[in-house]
Amino acid sequence: MGPFLLRRLLTFAATLAVASVLVFAVLELLPGSAAEVILGDTATPESLAALNTRLGLDRPPLVRYGAWVGGLLQGRTGNSISYDTPTAELIGERLRVTLPLAALAMAMTVLLALGLGVYAASRHHRLGDVAVMTASQVGIAVPNFWFAILLILLFAVKLQWVGAGGFPGWSEDDGGGLWEGLKALLLPALALAAVQAAILARVTRSAVLEVMREDFVRTARAKGLSRRQALWRHVLRNATIPVLTVAGLQFASLVTNTVVIENVFVLPDALVDPRLRHG
Amino acid sequence: MNGFGARARSHPSFVLGALLSGLVVATALVSLVWAPYPPAEIDIPGKLKGPSAAHWLGTDSLGRDIVAQLLVGAQNSIVVGVIAVGIGLAAGVALGCLASARRGWVEELVMRAADFTFAFPALLSAIMLTAIYGPGLVISIVAIGIFNVPVFARVTRGAANAVWAREFVLAARSAGKGGWRITVDHVLPNIASALIVQATIAFATAILAEAALSYLGLGTQPPRPSWGRMLNEAQTQLFQAPLLAVYPGVAIMISVLGLNLLGDGLRDLLDPKLARRR
Repeated sequence: MGPFLLRRLLTFAATLAVASVLVFAVLELLPGSAAEVILGDTATPESLAALNTRLGLDRPPLVRYGAWVGGLLQGRTGNSISYDTPTAELIGERLRVTLPLAALAMAMTVLLALGLGVYAASRHHRLGDVAVMTASQVGIAVPNFWFAILLILLFAVKLQWVGAGGFPGWSEDDGGGLWEGLKALLLPALALAAVQAAILARVTRSAVLEVMREDFVRTARAKGLSRRQALWRHVLRNATIPVLTVAGLQFASLVTNTVVIENVFVLPDALVDPRLRHG
Repeated sequence: MNGFGARARSHPSFVLGALLSGLVVATALVSLVWAPYPPAEIDIPGKLKGPSAAHWLGTDSLGRDIVAQLLVGAQNSIVVGVIAVGIGLAAGVALGCLASARRGWVEELVMRAADFTFAFPALLSAIMLTAIYGPGLVISIVAIGIFNVPVFARVTRGAANAVWAREFVLAARSAGKGGWRITVDHVLPNIASALIVQATIAFATAILAEAALSYLGLGTQPPRPSWGRMLNEAQTQLFQAPLLAVYPGVAIMISVLGLNLLGDGLRDLLDPKLARRR
């Protein structure tokens, strides 16, 4: 276990290092500079040079990359050139919404998938099983942002139970609060969870079915346990291993998909800067 | 092959998947020669009209015909799918075969590179590429294609390694065939079915990814119609014209559902060993 974890950690560090070099190199190779973007087309060469010096962009690329890595190792992430604010602050501000959203969605995914998957397995080849499997096949095909729009259509436009989007903030000073914040994240989390739960429910179902065929389950039944008792005491415990493995992998795609869902619900967006869109 | 035809016809997911996918392809083909209106034709006085004989599914906020946009949008999804999967197949299969034939440090290098690329979901690479080159269809296709490369490289290498361990490959080697010839003559034909199944699934994922990117405004740009952007535009009219947000979503769902079912069916039909336990 120890060497394995170490190997994965090293791979992780190497991935981060290569990614940072790659991103830096690509930005370096691009024509134009941050100063040109900030000052616009009408900038004079003198003002460009002055801003480049102030931003430290007149130094050689290797020196700048080295300075950035050095700062990072000492806990300084540097300032965003566009916003003139520490990048850690900018990222943290957005993660305050993205992380709870992803966590809530993950919890919903696992709950939905376990419930549906176990139910389907226990009704193997009967109506309940076919219904859950059909629903999950359709669920996998539904784009999550469309499902999000449909949720808004139902709960905000037709039933008017919730607002169509926006985030009030976690603190009561901003007019929000814990409950208000969670309420605003409920539909986005459901939109994210539905598609992932459709996938995970299939994994759960096949894992439960597989364990149900094992000898120890037959032994447990032979000892007098009811089907339900065997399911809860023996099958589920063993079936959760593959389910949790897949759920872990799904968390990564959940976090990526928050980008789209946060846009649908107009939540503070972690990744897409609005200025990107009209390039 | 006759046996395949008969088995295919009696396989429900394959038949339904083929029908739905066929419908989407047919829609795209029809739109090449005919559409009720030019999809980008703006008609402000006729905006947000409900379904009628003139506009079967109504018009959007700029008076553009919904049917025409859906038809031409199918072209878009198919083009993205074909090219993005093509990129993934070409590069991924080549790398996977190389890793499998050479083994050792080549395999290690290819697989670590695949792990690395895999850490960047299509959405993330598209956002990064957009930051550099500006939004557009080509960028989104390239991003989705790049994401597909490690997917195909892994599938290829896994399936190819199993073929390399077989006796007939050993026989071919002792007969003097080199790695390249064995790959072309024996490995590729034996892993083709796994690749076809993966390509079908990747096609569905590509359609979903393109729709998401276009929804975010990072994919297909106006006036070219795209299902994802139609959804984005429909969201602003949710209170006035809720149905506008339904049609493009149904179109995406039909395409993806069709391809997923087709993939499941092909998996069962082409490679019983790959078939999921039911």
